Amino acid sequence: MSETPVSWATRRQHRRHETLIQWALFFCAALSVLTTAAIILVLLSNAVYAPGDKTAFFEKVSLWEFLTGTHWKPSDGPGGKYGIWPLLSGTFLVAIVAAAVSIPAGLGAAIYMSEYANPKEREWIKPVLEVLAGIPSVVFGFFALKFITPVVLKPLFQFLGADIAVFNSLSAGIVVGIMVTPLIASLSEDVIRSVPRSLREAAYALGSTRFDVSAKVVVPAALSGILASFLLAFSRAIGETMAVAIAAGGNPVFTLNPLRGAQTMTGFMVHASTGDSAADSIPRMSMYAVGITLFVITLIINLISGWILRRYREVYQ
Amino acid sequence: MPAITSAMSVPPSVPGVDRNLDTSRHASAIDVRNMNFYYGEHQVLFDISLMVPERSVTALIGPSGCGKSTFLRTLNRMNDLVEGSRSTGVCLVEGQNIMDPAVDVVLLRKHVGMVFQKSTPFPKSIFENVAYGPRVSGEKNRAVLADLVESCLRKAALWDEVKDRLNTSAMALSGGQQQRLCIARTLATNPRIILMDEPASALDPASTDRIENLIGELCANYTIVIVTHNMQQASRVSHQTAFFFKGRLVEVGPTMKIFTSPSEKQTEDYITGRFG
Ligand SMILES: Nc1ncnc2c1ncn2[C@@H]1O[C@H](COP(=O)(O)OP(=O)(O)OP(=O)(O)O)[C@@H](O)[C@H]1O
Ligand SMILES: [Mg+2]
Repeated sequence: MSETPVSWATRRQHRRHETLIQWALFFCAALSVLTTAAIILVLLSNAVYAPGDKTAFFEKVSLWEFLTGTHWKPSDGPGGKYGIWPLLSGTFLVAIVAAAVSIPAGLGAAIYMSEYANPKEREWIKPVLEVLAGIPSVVFGFFALKFITPVVLKPLFQFLGADIAVFNSLSAGIVVGIMVTPLIASLSEDVIRSVPRSLREAAYALGSTRFDVSAKVVVPAALSGILASFLLAFSRAIGETMAVAIAAGGNPVFTLNPLRGAQTMTGFMVHASTGDSAADSIPRMSMYAVGITLFVITLIINLISGWILRRYREVYQ
Repeated sequence: MPAITSAMSVPPSVPGVDRNLDTSRHASAIDVRNMNFYYGEHQVLFDISLMVPERSVTALIGPSGCGKSTFLRTLNRMNDLVEGSRSTGVCLVEGQNIMDPAVDVVLLRKHVGMVFQKSTPFPKSIFENVAYGPRVSGEKNRAVLADLVESCLRKAALWDEVKDRLNTSAMALSGGQQQRLCIARTLATNPRIILMDEPASALDPASTDRIENLIGELCANYTIVIVTHNMQQASRVSHQTAFFFKGRLVEVGPTMKIFTSPSEKQTEDYITGRFG
């Protein structure tokens, strides 16, 4: 048999094809990077330093007042107060209530799905959770306002001798908790499922009950992944807007009482961007400062959870 | 047919193992009668009857896929974890039929411990790994646990290597150390019977040696059933050897007899390496 010489030209063509794909993919990646950069730029140019004759928010209000003030009364006149704390307290109050609801529910669902449920049960639990995740946020808002507060919470607190406002952060937190439960459940289930089967068998072979295996071996082995899912859900809860705005109202008060109304950072931003004050007025510009704050908070939480996840992967690879 | 076998030169046994043990004179720790086992519709064990004498080592040998692991895992009902598996027959463990659905498998598995081929330390400290079994049984007293951990690590010949780092992660131990840790962890549940599924197949010769000697020591107090692909190992560590082939128990007898003058042609072919 004689050897056919390799045609180098076809190889070149093949390469050109590859290059094209590579560029297309690069463009996709670049697009999301550019978008992020553009968003940051918009936030900074309105909050910190505005080019031209516009004045940025922090050129009118001191950073000190913004970070330490406990009153949030955006107005153009001299009475305007821009202390971020009422918005922070509102945001975190809702997020903490949401965490208290979603962490046990989500983790419980995840453990149930991976350790207890038979394949048939899993077949319907997953879709139900996905439906839950697909319900629009507005619907949850009205659910809180029209059902959870008047039908569930009001009688309950009346019985306990306390009064709950029509708009309150408790109901908002509860629905946000319900909203992020599927997120925790599915992320946690993934990490729980990735715990090697051999580890479970070893635990069963030592005379563990199903609960021992779940609580003492599987969950600890997946702990960092589970924590990361909590943090991601927490940052989702912080960013949640519509449901909270409807259920908790729009009154920025500095309080840690979940029975009262509150305004969150996102709630204020929607309010400000749809309000009727002029585009370059301070109330309008304050939105960007709040936006940056929110951005930084979520970024930090996401970084921490990414770091935890990376550490987790190292254990089993 | 007289043994024209040059069967194999049988290596010396590890200390503590008598390969000419007359099993009929021993009380039985495990007595399996007419066991059949199915994964779904697929039958993998056919009419197995086998007696395991107390405080001895029984080696299970046979080609890959012949059902050794499956058989071993029926002895502590680990196969319950496999969806759709079922079995028939009787398996008496110290007189009680463990195939009975009413049996509490959690208690059974404390009584019949298991060591796997792949070492499976929990991602916890060395101490917590060994203390796991007693803890799930409700032992909380730290001093009792500490004593137990030490004695089990000593029995598993690991104490001297780890006594200064009991609180460091078990994942950092070498493969051989991890396997001995798993043995210690099993001993800590205070079992009477220990099942081992190719416990040394992933280990280097030195670690394998240690495990084999350990088996020789442990069989003074525990009944051991070990699956192995290593003929030399089976002949070194066991009193009794059982040869499985295609889901059937072909032959069982004192190890010396199985390795020098087996009654069945299939057994002879297998141990002399004429087929795999
Ligand atoms: N979980 C399972 N589901 C279905 N079939 C299985 C399962 N585990 C094992 N089997 C089948 O049962 C038969 C016996 O398997 P088993 O693992 O008991 O063999 P083995 O003798 O231990 O083999 P090896 O020496 O390779 O470990 C094989 O045909 C295998 O494919
Ligand atoms: Mg096997």
